[in-house]
Amino acid sequence: MNHKLEIRNLTKTFNTEEGELKALDNVSIEVKPAEFLCIIGPSGCGKTTLLRMIAGLEHPSSGKIILDGKEVKGPSPDRGMVFQEFSLFPWRTVIKNVTFGLEIQGIGRDERYRIAEKYIELVGLKGFENRYPYELSGGMKQRVAIARALATDPAILLMDEPFGSVDAQTRNALQEELLEIWKRTKKTILFVTHSVDEAVYLADRVAVMSARPGSLVKCLDIDIPRPRKRTSVEANMFREQLLMLLSIERSKASISV
Amino acid sequence: MKLPGKDMWLWSVPLAIALLLWEFIAGYVVRDPLLLPRFSAVIFSIYALRGVLISDILVSLLHFGIGLGLAFAAALPLAIAMGWSRSIFKAIDPIIEVLRPIPPLAWIPIAMVWFHLTHYAAGFIIFIGAFFPILLDSYTGFRDVPRVLVETGKVLGCIRDRKLIKYVAFPYALPFVATGTRVGMGVGWMCVVAAEMFGVSDSGLGYRLFQKFYFLHQMDYVVAYMLVLGLVALCLDRLFRHFVEDRLFKWKRGIVK
Repeated sequence: MNHKLEIRNLTKTFNTEEGELKALDNVSIEVKPAEFLCIIGPSGCGKTTLLRMIAGLEHPSSGKIILDGKEVKGPSPDRGMVFQEFSLFPWRTVIKNVTFGLEIQGIGRDERYRIAEKYIELVGLKGFENRYPYELSGGMKQRVAIARALATDPAILLMDEPFGSVDAQTRNALQEELLEIWKRTKKTILFVTHSVDEAVYLADRVAVMSARPGSLVKCLDIDIPRPRKRTSVEANMFREQLLMLLSIERSKASISV
Repeated sequence: MKLPGKDMWLWSVPLAIALLLWEFIAGYVVRDPLLLPRFSAVIFSIYALRGVLISDILVSLLHFGIGLGLAFAAALPLAIAMGWSRSIFKAIDPIIEVLRPIPPLAWIPIAMVWFHLTHYAAGFIIFIGAFFPILLDSYTGFRDVPRVLVETGKVLGCIRDRKLIKYVAFPYALPFVATGTRVGMGVGWMCVVAAEMFGVSDSGLGYRLFQKFYFLHQMDYVVAYMLVLGLVALCLDRLFRHFVEDRLFKWKRGIVK
């Protein structure tokens, strides 16, 4: 077993006022160490729910999530999470946001500042340590969130549309930086997105999910050598393939609605 | 942060006009010191009272301190419990809503029976006045902690409620607690006068004010005490704003100003 993360027959049903809602149906994926996996699918397909279950914020209705041979039972700093937005603690400066997880673990002040400095430098925010979140742009905030998630040295990094609310140019820059961080830290990354371009540019492998209830339609290996060019012919071919798969799923969704 | 500018002394002109108008109307229109003592007479009274004034202020501040301190100590834990747990809120809220509309002054007989003529009797009335604003505002703060911040806290290692409250809910709610305390201070100060006036005390600003009126009809002294009451409250509020709101909530600047 050389899987970093194993998701076995995962199903999630929510109890809502209109009855049971099946969000995720029998999803199984294996993720290799240091792999960059993007999860893509029509909106409402349960990709965020999948990520939240891996983070331990939701409990599976059935099935198992196994990380490094151990079953996931609840949230823990061994899984870093980057939310879409508004996740920085507004009362803490940049450095104090990054040291948060270390502080909870009871690591001494000097040690946690030393670690935090390293990650702040990694995300290119040296010099902004003592700023408050309200003084930062959207892209800078997400960089802080990434540094904060990395500071506790998690086994896996979960990212829920982390660049979904920044402008297109910042988004491209952030994607490049993320790849650089990935190369340097060798983290396993699970990245939820609704952008085909983003998935093709970033991922080793893209998991395409069906419309609700979400299940795995196909895993696509993106075997374009890195560094990649956004406008290359291969990238376009992968894009077309993904767009086709997604449009099939979207049309299914509109029929069932 | 407001910088001192041209408008820094803007308040002095209307104030001077109001005082001159008072002096003129009292001296040349009303011409009866029982109905309206002149401003200059009130200033002389304050000067004449200088010996007893300080001790009266101190006694009133003692009553105020006892009441506010106890109100804060009782309201804060209750606010945390109610804001954090929906079921505790549902269980306790009816009791609060029955007690809250009872005017603090209606508790004076109870205060007299329970605490006799001690500082605690007046303190109790102030406690009643300050308790509910502190409780309700703080409760709102703890109830409205954004979900993404709570989940970020969980993912970063705050597994138990105690840590989530200490590291996430409490700092988030602190500005609400401060607002509640400031409102509570205002209501509490009004209760100082009432509590001391209506016989739960034999000293203090409120007691003295009523004594000057009831036994001697010395209206210049009465108005002197009124002015002192207003000025002390103004100082308390300014001190609170300076030491608590301006220092503690630098991070809120981006949001409110």
